[in-house]
Amino acid sequence: MYKLLLCWRYLKTRYIALASIISVMLGVATLIAVNAVMKGFVHETQDRLHGFLSDLVLETASLEGIPDADHYMQRIQKVAGQYVAGMSPTVVVPAMLGYNDYNGRYITQQIMLIGVDEATYASVSDFGQFMQHPQNRKQLNFLLKEGGYDVYDHTLADSPKRKARKQMQYAGWAHRRRNAIFAKRIVAPEGSLEGNPFYRPGQASLADEIAGSQGTDFNPATEQHTGCVLGVSLCRLHTPTNEEIFRLLPGDDVEITYVTAGRPPKPLSAKFTVVDFYESKMGEYDSQFVFVPIRKLQELRGMVDPSTGIANFSRIQIRLKAGADLEMVRDLLRSQFPPGSCFIGSWLDRESPLLGMIRMETAILNVLLFLIIAVAGFGILAIFFMIVVEKTRDIGILKSLGASRRGIMSIFLGYGFSLGIVGASMGLGLGLLIVRYISEIADVLGRLTGQPIFDPTVYGLPEIPAIVQWPTIATIIVGALLIAVMASILPARRAARLHPVEALRYE
Amino acid sequence: MSELSTFDQWTGAMTAHRAGAPSATPVLSNTVGRLLAEPAELNRYVSASQPQTATREIVAAHYIRKSYRKASMEIPVLQGVELAIHEGEFVSVIGPSGCGKSTLLHVLATLDAPDSGEIRFEGNRIDNLPAAGRDILRNRYFGMVFQFYHLLPELTTLENVLAPAMIGQSVLGYWRRRRQFRERACEMLELVNLGHRLKHKPSELSGGEMQRTAIARALVSRPRVLFADEPTGNLDKSSGEEIMAILRRLNREQKLTIVMVTHDPRVAEQADRSVTLVDGRVVAA
Repeated sequence: MYKLLLCWRYLKTRYIALASIISVMLGVATLIAVNAVMKGFVHETQDRLHGFLSDLVLETASLEGIPDADHYMQRIQKVAGQYVAGMSPTVVVPAMLGYNDYNGRYITQQIMLIGVDEATYASVSDFGQFMQHPQNRKQLNFLLKEGGYDVYDHTLADSPKRKARKQMQYAGWAHRRRNAIFAKRIVAPEGSLEGNPFYRPGQASLADEIAGSQGTDFNPATEQHTGCVLGVSLCRLHTPTNEEIFRLLPGDDVEITYVTAGRPPKPLSAKFTVVDFYESKMGEYDSQFVFVPIRKLQELRGMVDPSTGIANFSRIQIRLKAGADLEMVRDLLRSQFPPGSCFIGSWLDRESPLLGMIRMETAILNVLLFLIIAVAGFGILAIFFMIVVEKTRDIGILKSLGASRRGIMSIFLGYGFSLGIVGASMGLGLGLLIVRYISEIADVLGRLTGQPIFDPTVYGLPEIPAIVQWPTIATIIVGALLIAVMASILPARRAARLHPVEALRYE
Repeated sequence: MSELSTFDQWTGAMTAHRAGAPSATPVLSNTVGRLLAEPAELNRYVSASQPQTATREIVAAHYIRKSYRKASMEIPVLQGVELAIHEGEFVSVIGPSGCGKSTLLHVLATLDAPDSGEIRFEGNRIDNLPAAGRDILRNRYFGMVFQFYHLLPELTTLENVLAPAMIGQSVLGYWRRRRQFRERACEMLELVNLGHRLKHKPSELSGGEMQRTAIARALVSRPRVLFADEPTGNLDKSSGEEIMAILRRLNREQKLTIVMVTHDPRVAEQADRSVTLVDGRVVAA
C-alpha cells in the first residue's frame, strides 16, 4: 500500500520527472503518428496498385501474343470459375507517341500501348474510375465527348487545395472544331486575286497541299480517328507555381507508331484521337500507358487470323470475387497453365519490390523512433538515480519500519512504470490528436516555414493519409512501458540495497 | 497469549531452518506467509494488548561486538556489550558521543547486524534471522523513534503514522481494514496530543510535533519494545520535556518497554534504570 501511496506522491511532487514523462510522451506520439501515416501511404499505394492492376494476370512472353482469348477465358472459368468475378483480354505493345504541341513542335514519346476491351476492362480493374470524363467513368468508350471534362481532380473531393485545370474546360469536340478552323484552307474570294503579282492561276496553294495530304473526305471538325486514352502525365507540365499545363487535350490527334505482330516485327503508324485522360496517381503508369480499343489494335498489328477471325492477345486480366484467396487461386491456375506459353502472376507479385520497400522504411523508422524512447529511458535512469540519492533517508526510514528490499525496489519500479503510463497515455492522446489533425498541422507548419509540407498534387491525395492501427499502438505503448521499467531497474536495485543505518545517517 | 506462541513458533522454526538448510527459501517464505495470513496475528493491530504481569527478560544482548571499517582501519565500536532489558522497564543508555550507544540501539533493533554475539527477543535469537523475519520484527514488535524524527516528507501526519500498517499489510489487506487502521492511528495521535494535525505535512510541524508524530508512528503497531535514539536531542527544553513526559506516561500506563539512548544525564535520570556505556562496554551503574 505504501508503495502505491509513495509512487503517487512522488509522481505528484517530483516535477523533474516530468522531463522524462515528456520525452516518453513525445516518443510515443511520434511513433503513433509516423506509423499511422506510413500505414496510410502503404494503404493508398496498395489501393492504387490494386486498382490499376487486376488481381491476377495471365501473360504471354511474346509481343506477338497467343491466339484465342475466348478459349483461355473458358478454361479459366472452368478451373476457377467460382472465384472469378471478371476477365478481360488485353494486347500490350511498346510504341511511340508523336504529336505537335502548342508551339508546333513535334514531340515523340515512348509509351506502352494497351488494347483493351471497353465492355469488360472496367470490370477487372478500377481503370474506369481514373477517367476525366464523368460519362467514361460510368461506361468507358473511345468516342470523343462534346465537352464536360473534369476541370477539378474528382478524387480530391472538394479539398480547398485542389487547383483548377483551366485548359480542360475547352476539351472535347469544341476544341477539335477550333483546331479544324485553323487547319481549314483559306479560299480567296472570287476575283480578289486579280492583279496579285504572285498569283499563278492553276497552281495549288500551300493550304491546298496540306489539305490534300490529309485526304479529302475526312473532316476533322465532325469526325474523329480511333479514340485513345492517354496517361495524364504523358502530356502534362507543371509550371513553377505548380499549375498544370497540358500539351494535348481531348480532341487533339496523335500519331502512334507501333510494331506489327509479323516476323520480323515492322513499325507502322496510325492516327488516333485523344478522347480522354486517365489519372491513376501512380506516376509510373500515368506516364507510360496509352489505351486504345483492342479490336482496332489487333487489326492494325495483324493479330487477327484472316480465315477464322480469331485474334491473338497478350494478357488476360482476372478480377477475383471479394474474399477469394489470391494466392490459392493463383496456384490453382498455375497448375492448369504450366509455364511455357503463358505465366500467371498476382498484382502483389508484380509490385512486391515497391511494397517491400515501404515496409522496410517503416521498420527502419520504427527502430529510430524507439531510440527516442530509449533516450527517454536514459533520462528516467538519470533522474531516478538523483531521486534515489535524494530519498536515501526516506528509504532508511522505510527499512527501519520494516519495509523489505523487494518493497523498496517495487516503489521505484512502480514509479518508473507510472511515469511510463503517464507518458505513454499522454503520448497516445497527443499521437491520436496529431493523426486526427495531421493535414491542419501540416498546413500551419507549411505557412510558418513558407514551404508546403504536403502538396496534394505530388501524391495526388486530398490530404495526408493516416490509418490508426490499434495493435501497433498497443505494441508501442507496451514497448514504452517496458523501456520505462527497465530504466528504473538499476536505481531501484540501488535503493533496495542501501544499508538502513547508513541510509538513516545520510544527510 | 496466542500471538506470542505464534511468534515463538515461527522464530523457532526459522532459526532451526536457518541452521539446517540455509538455501531452502520457499520454506521460509511459507512461514512468513502463514504468519502474515494468520488472523490472530493481524488482530494485534486492533485488539487491546495483553497486560504484562511477569517481569522477564524481553530483549537481551550477549557479548555484542561491532566494528566499523574506515579505509583499511578497523574502528571497534561495541566491544562485548552485555545488556538485559526486562518487560515493562524504561531503560536509558547513556554515554559520551561516539561510545557506540546508537550502534547498540541499531543492533538491538535489528537494523544492523553485530560482528559477533547474539541478540535475543523473548528468549529467541533474532540477530541471525533472515531479512524477511527482521523486517517483520521491526514492523510489528519494535517501535523506533529517532533524533531527527525521520518522517516521510511526502506524507501527511496521519499517513506517516499509518506507514507501518501499510508496510506490514498487503494492498488488499490494508484496504479491507483501512477504517480500523485509521482509527488506531488517530487514537495514537490523540495520545500524543496531535489529533488536530492529521492533514499536515511534516514541513508544517514544529520539532516537538514531529517527534510526537514519530512516537505515534512507533506505537501504532502495538510494539513490545520502543527504541528511542536521542528522542530529545534535537528539541528545545520544553518540547524535550513534553516528549519525556509522554514516554514516561506510556511506560507507566501501558507498561511499554522503552530503551532510550541519550547523552544527557538529566534526560537519562528520568528512566527507571540507566546503563552507562564507555568505550563500547557497559559500565556498572
